[in-house]
Amino acid sequence: MTQNGQERPVVLEARGITKRFPGVVANDNVSLKLHKGEVLALLGENGAGKSTLMNILYGLYHQDQGEIFVKGEPIRITSPHESIARGIGMVHQHFQLVPVMTVTENIILGNEVTNGPFLDRKKAAERIRAISEQYGLAVDPDALVADLDVGVQQRVEIIKALYRNADILILDEPTAVLTPQEADDLVRVMRTLTAQGASIIFITHKLREVLEVADRIIVLRGGKVVGETTPAEATEASLAAMMVGREVILKVEKQPARPGAPVLEVRGLQVRDDRRLLAVKGVDLEVRAGEILGIAGVQGNGQTELVAALTGLRPSEAGTVRIAGVDVTNATPRQISELGVAHIPEDRQRDGLVTSYPLTDNSVLELYYLPPFARGVVRNDQAINQHCARLVEEFDVRTPSIHVPASSLSGGNQQKLIVAREFTRSLKLLIASQPTRGIDVGSIEFIHNQIVKKRDEGVAVLLISAELDEILSLADRIAVMYHGQIVATVKNGELSREELGLLMAGATLDRSVPVEA
Amino acid sequence: MAQVATETAIRSSVIRQFWDRWSGILVPILAVFSALVVGAFIIGITGADWRAAYIGLWEGAFGSPRALADTVVRSTPFIICGLCVALAFKAGLFNIGAEGQLYAGAVASVVIGTTLQMPAIFHIPATLIAGALGGAAWAAIAGFLKARTGAHEVINTIMLNYIALRMTDWLIRSKTPYILGDPEDTTGARSRLIAETARLPGIQVGSSTILHLGIPLALVLVFVIAWLLYRTTIGFEMRTAGVNPNAARYAGISVPRTIVLAMAFAGALAGVAGAIEVTGVRGSLSADFFSGLGFDAIAVALLARANPVGIIFSGLLWGGLLTGARLMQVRASLSIDVIKIVQALIIMFVAADQIVRFIYRLPKRKPGEETQLSKGWGG
Repeated sequence: MTQNGQERPVVLEARGITKRFPGVVANDNVSLKLHKGEVLALLGENGAGKSTLMNILYGLYHQDQGEIFVKGEPIRITSPHESIARGIGMVHQHFQLVPVMTVTENIILGNEVTNGPFLDRKKAAERIRAISEQYGLAVDPDALVADLDVGVQQRVEIIKALYRNADILILDEPTAVLTPQEADDLVRVMRTLTAQGASIIFITHKLREVLEVADRIIVLRGGKVVGETTPAEATEASLAAMMVGREVILKVEKQPARPGAPVLEVRGLQVRDDRRLLAVKGVDLEVRAGEILGIAGVQGNGQTELVAALTGLRPSEAGTVRIAGVDVTNATPRQISELGVAHIPEDRQRDGLVTSYPLTDNSVLELYYLPPFARGVVRNDQAINQHCARLVEEFDVRTPSIHVPASSLSGGNQQKLIVAREFTRSLKLLIASQPTRGIDVGSIEFIHNQIVKKRDEGVAVLLISAELDEILSLADRIAVMYHGQIVATVKNGELSREELGLLMAGATLDRSVPVEA
Repeated sequence: MAQVATETAIRSSVIRQFWDRWSGILVPILAVFSALVVGAFIIGITGADWRAAYIGLWEGAFGSPRALADTVVRSTPFIICGLCVALAFKAGLFNIGAEGQLYAGAVASVVIGTTLQMPAIFHIPATLIAGALGGAAWAAIAGFLKARTGAHEVINTIMLNYIALRMTDWLIRSKTPYILGDPEDTTGARSRLIAETARLPGIQVGSSTILHLGIPLALVLVFVIAWLLYRTTIGFEMRTAGVNPNAARYAGISVPRTIVLAMAFAGALAGVAGAIEVTGVRGSLSADFFSGLGFDAIAVALLARANPVGIIFSGLLWGGLLTGARLMQVRASLSIDVIKIVQALIIMFVAADQIVRFIYRLPKRKPGEETQLSKGWGG
């Protein structure tokens, strides 16, 4: 961490960048400076204009107004090729790697070292080894990318940028897919990189990480720069307030749970994934009325398949699922839904909404066939419209009309619509999968409070989230899922963040020696 | 500078609003226009007079009451089969099988029309319903195979087309024993004539054209299908399964059941179209009766972007092009195949509507606006 970052030379500067899309100003007169060897955090909610700005700097979009200077030189970046040539590298949130190729092949792709007409893999691998040693990015150049952990894949992405001689790195939400330990490791890598002269723009919406790693913080809201600060001057609360434009209560206010009778009972559940491999390997769970059971785990450890089996979207291989005393093993989604089970799906655009439908149709997606929304087979538009208008009103879904397609809403508002739909049914069990993924802080706060409210009304809540902070702030009990199994179930507060992080990474806690992460 | 940019933004947003509202109609119209322009060039290259040709085409299709009646009669099966394809599109299914379903329906209606004897008030509905059931059953086979095994409906419906055509041919031509064939017909190419009580009533126009009851029935079907799709839970299930099967499953809709149902409904339409042609136009069936009608129906549905009301117009256009072709041929001494070229160009311009958008500088499609056609390949 450099306290005197201000005096270092400016490597990248944006002056008065404005970018309009039809109907919105995505960037409104945005200016920023990146100094050599610093980590500049770009903080903002979804839709604040972070991605647009980065895509302009990386040459994917072109600004309507404003100038960009790289190392003091005014330039017009018109393509990623050009930005790479200027030393700007980008690590996207979704990795751009070919799984069936080796690390070396992925890194040299598009920038091949040749020996006559042949690839010179050996020479490339040597350079990759040199880079990985220089920056402490341990990776085997000959490994297949498909065999690597997500954290290592990310390292490959970083090496890919360094291999192209990038000294300005843009990292887009780099910790979204990492375990806490992997995230710590990334912080260490970022430090090494900046110590050796690289400069980093770090895009995120996670406040804790910003305070931990950034030298300077720029906050965007509604396409404008609304504040610039340093970790020394800021707190999580002050940053959140800047992002949202008002005070935000980060801690969810809740009373201790008063659990009632078991509502969801899962015994020995086994579920296969799309590749027919066992993704859930014998899970036992119990969720009682009036409690929130949080399932913590890094994405891809069987949570998706578990939820799909519980909601009837995927057949189970073995085991039983009982909801409110009824055996619903391999029941249809409708049978399960009619028992009073609501499901907030992890992928709202794939499962939770028909994005081309208006809000009205989406507001009755599961109830469309029941009165008053249908009489016999004839739909009752009036009742549907009234219902939708009520949901929009009560759950503060920001939309110009209930008749616009769901695709025209922001992610947060789409999610609020789903939450509204699911929460207004008569409920016994709520299965919320990644309920706040990719949405703004204001909506997160709202949805968290609604979940706690449902719990207090006596609903059993199963919360699945890859964000450990979300589990820690909402759950009464926590189950850690790793490789398709529940490796621990504890009361919230019994284990620290770090201990949970270790469990999520597959370590066990009952060893006498400290565990190597 | 800023003001200029704002004005541009406002102007482009006005155009965009206009476009959002009217693109559904503009693209097909511009596609037809473009096809006619290119067609004129092709006619010119062959040395003929394109103006005489197009005037002939227009007069032959819409220029006299007789021509208009011919066009309407000719368009009726295109409209109904267009609905058949459009309904399947809406459910995410690419039904290439309207042709086979036409034959299946026509055969069923011939069976009922030739064997049963009852008053017209029962015989006509019975014959039409038989047609609907025949088409529905035939299409449901492809629907069932898709729902059960995931076998692609494009392949299956194409195969079922061949089977239906060859089976119809055999049923008619078989002489030992005679099945549907007419012993009194020396060519052996047509079935027995259906009973007079099964024939659709109509108004005679000119010497050979009858405006039969099937024409108003087609219009009724257009509105029934529009109602089914947009006002009923069944239509909601079909559209949801078509546009987002994952969300449909999530919503508790049985996607396999919906697939079979949608195919059966679609097939019923084609089957009714077959029955109407038998009972309203010919009074019998032969194996070359529909040659290509079921495939043209795909173009009709596509041109109307699967909009039921739009299909009335695209169906009339298709029928008009075929009816007017004869006079065009006489006036400009052209091969009748030119009209096939124009039709093919229309399909090309509609299918590749990005070309139309490029030529006329129209805004690009928004996500989610794609024609349903491409969905069918998703499996």
